[in-house]
Amino acid sequence: MTAVASTWTRVGRVEDIPLLEGRTTSVEGRRIAVFRLLTGFAAIDAHCPHAAGPLADGIVADSCVTCPLHGRRFDLETGLALNGDESVAVHEVRVEGDELWVRLA
Amino acid sequence: MRVLVVGGGIAGQAVIEAIRERDRDIELTLACAEPRLPYDRVALSTLLANGADVDSLTLRPASWYEDNDVEVLLDTWVDELDGYDRYVLCTGSDALVPPIPGAEHAHVFRGPEDCAAITAAAKGKAVVIGGGLLGLEAAYGLASLGCETTVVHLMDRLMERQLDQGAATLLTPAMEQLGVNVLLERNTEEITPGGVRLAGGEELPADVVVISVGIRPQVELARRLGLNVERGIVVDDAMVTSDPRVLAVGECAQHRGVVHGIVAPIHEQAKVAADTICGVEAAYTGSIPTAKLKVMGVDLVCAGAPDGSRAVVVADDSTYRKLVVDPDGRTVGTILLGDIRGSELLMDAVRTGREADDPLALLAEASQATAADLPDSARVCNCHGVCKGEIVDAIRTRGLGSTLEVVNVTRAGAGCGSCKPVVAELLANERGGAAEEATFLCPCRRQTREELAAVVRERGIESVSELSAACGAGRDCGACKPGLAYLMSEINGNRHREERHARFINDRVHANIQNDGTFSVVPRIRGGVTTAAELRRIADVAEKHEVPLIKITGGQRIDLLGIKKEQLPAIWEELDMPSGHAYAKAVRTVKTCVGTDFCRFGLGDAMGVGIELERAMEGLYTPHKVKGAVTGCPRNCAEAYVKDIGVVAVEGGWEVYVGGAAGATVRKGDLLATVPTSDEAIRVSLAFLQHYRESAEYLERTYAYIARVGIEPVREAVMSDMEGLLERYRIAKAAADPDPWRERHNPVHPKQFAELDS
Repeated sequence: MTAVASTWTRVGRVEDIPLLEGRTTSVEGRRIAVFRLLTGFAAIDAHCPHAAGPLADGIVADSCVTCPLHGRRFDLETGLALNGDESVAVHEVRVEGDELWVRLA
Repeated sequence: MRVLVVGGGIAGQAVIEAIRERDRDIELTLACAEPRLPYDRVALSTLLANGADVDSLTLRPASWYEDNDVEVLLDTWVDELDGYDRYVLCTGSDALVPPIPGAEHAHVFRGPEDCAAITAAAKGKAVVIGGGLLGLEAAYGLASLGCETTVVHLMDRLMERQLDQGAATLLTPAMEQLGVNVLLERNTEEITPGGVRLAGGEELPADVVVISVGIRPQVELARRLGLNVERGIVVDDAMVTSDPRVLAVGECAQHRGVVHGIVAPIHEQAKVAADTICGVEAAYTGSIPTAKLKVMGVDLVCAGAPDGSRAVVVADDSTYRKLVVDPDGRTVGTILLGDIRGSELLMDAVRTGREADDPLALLAEASQATAADLPDSARVCNCHGVCKGEIVDAIRTRGLGSTLEVVNVTRAGAGCGSCKPVVAELLANERGGAAEEATFLCPCRRQTREELAAVVRERGIESVSELSAACGAGRDCGACKPGLAYLMSEINGNRHREERHARFINDRVHANIQNDGTFSVVPRIRGGVTTAAELRRIADVAEKHEVPLIKITGGQRIDLLGIKKEQLPAIWEELDMPSGHAYAKAVRTVKTCVGTDFCRFGLGDAMGVGIELERAMEGLYTPHKVKGAVTGCPRNCAEAYVKDIGVVAVEGGWEVYVGGAAGATVRKGDLLATVPTSDEAIRVSLAFLQHYRESAEYLERTYAYIARVGIEPVREAVMSDMEGLLERYRIAKAAADPDPWRERHNPVHPKQFAELDS
């Protein structure tokens, strides 16, 4: 429907991320946090818009991550904060075999 | 006298315990047909619901039988009665399998082997035949295993023996909300390998079919012995069968025409049987049927008659509270669904036939009733038949200070654990604690630490994920997962299954996250005493890794700040010092003054004692951080008066202060004890530490805990159970990791300290 604005980048393997944890990487020069959920993977911007906390280090539950610095909580599907007005960009993740691919939003 | 108890179920165990309470000399032998010690069959459905191991349901450890001089024969079928003076048959019951064609394709739900078979087969669609208590629990278990589950029930309502139409009408949607479909008034005509065919031709495809329609007393042995057997083994009020040498107790016994299939009567029968064997005249006169559905998310309690000549009901869309009275105005039945407040009071009213001139008023009273309002006769623990009076008496006469102690002493709460909140409330009342608003460990699901601890113990849960699966705690916002992880480690004596996703980032990488996402590293320097070589190593590391900031901390240690996650393993390796746990809700430091070594005023060896105390406490996780200090005289240079645990040398001995604080709150600690030796001071400190670990709410510092409950109850709890606390401390300490930084050599995950691109 829309023109492909961005390309897929291989960011690692499925087993590189422990279950219900996140890890950061760079995609086209942008820091991204990739999470492994019970039902699949999710990717958002790596830094919390509030005070640049490392979201990949947050606690994951119910498809949300809580920033380890001041507790902002973001929905990994929409990128919206559940306790504030901030939001983070949500990126696409694709699993191919045991490889993880990300495409920027 | 030699007594043989035949059958290793709840009944056999209850008889053994009742006899031992009365007589230490009777030679006791317990013959178990199963290859395992007696276990809690009532909790069997929890094996399905959370996949726990059957060992977690064992009623008493093997050591109990040794300590109580009970010979146990496992895997033993008794064919004849020979060689003993008296016999107690506790052969229990088997699952009732109706003569449905193809029944061999179905599972029954009776023993751990059945659970294992059902678990192995559980996938896709499941059908449970039978909508009674056990059938619903089995269905809930299958739904928890991920099966699309349907209950097929012959009658027009679920649990028709316990419920009236009104309550059953609400129970159906409540079960459906848990993912269990309910089909009423359906007769199963045939079970096939592919499913179930109902009368009328309706087909239900199923990958697994479970039959749970009732029990059949196991009376084979009794028949062979020529005892009088009807539906069960016929016993008189003394629990004696038609053979005066032989008694029968539990689900195999038929008393006054009734076979009881629930747990509470077993304990009453066992006591009478034990009296009979010990030559004491006693009579069992029957039990009022009670039932409690053990399905997480559906609260249902009922007792006595579901219907009667007069009844009052208070109900709305999701709750149903009913009280039944007989023509003389005596309470004879109650049903509580969705709102079980006051269930102990109402069950007691049914049991004692309490006069209720105004039944509506009694219902209203019960919903407001606190534990304090219960009569002494009210049975708080239905699993072990413990009344409020016994619990209060034990708290008073034995000076019990923690829920755990009350459970251990009275056995109330040692069964399914659902009564633990009431036990805790009774304890709080007796200890003078004002009635408090519950503190929720998991606020999303409004679950308290006590409630969750009961679930953990009841089901032998060892990990946060299992607990989440069992009752939803930690599933919603996840904020409580670190608290749940602590609870898991504390209850399991650090033999829990560690899950890092439940831990805050600090406890995943064993360093303290800073405002820029870097970490700080604080190696352990016990008692604040170091060496030139250690200092040189720290300096070398800081220089080599260009550590941005080196700071002397308030805890008499050195903090290296601004370190990237990926640098941590290499820095730990080069420091070659253990973790100081400066990032964790755990024991941090024990500060010291120079004590007698150089100080002109020192009365005690503060450094030596401080280092010993720190070594004894380090590695233990706690509800909140714990800071200690040992100071050599009351000049208090180590600031021991304002520490969580502070030890002060005084003329002729040592003082131990607890609950001090010098952070956002400033509070002088309370004097817990004055003891003659430093060894005693350390023992008291460790016992207090363990008490705090077991009793405080998560994230409740010692000063908040003591301000809440008062120093007197704490002192009593620590002093009266010193040995027990120290034993549990030793168990926890033995399994604690003294140095998580060793994960640099054995990471829990290859990428534990790495990013995807590092």
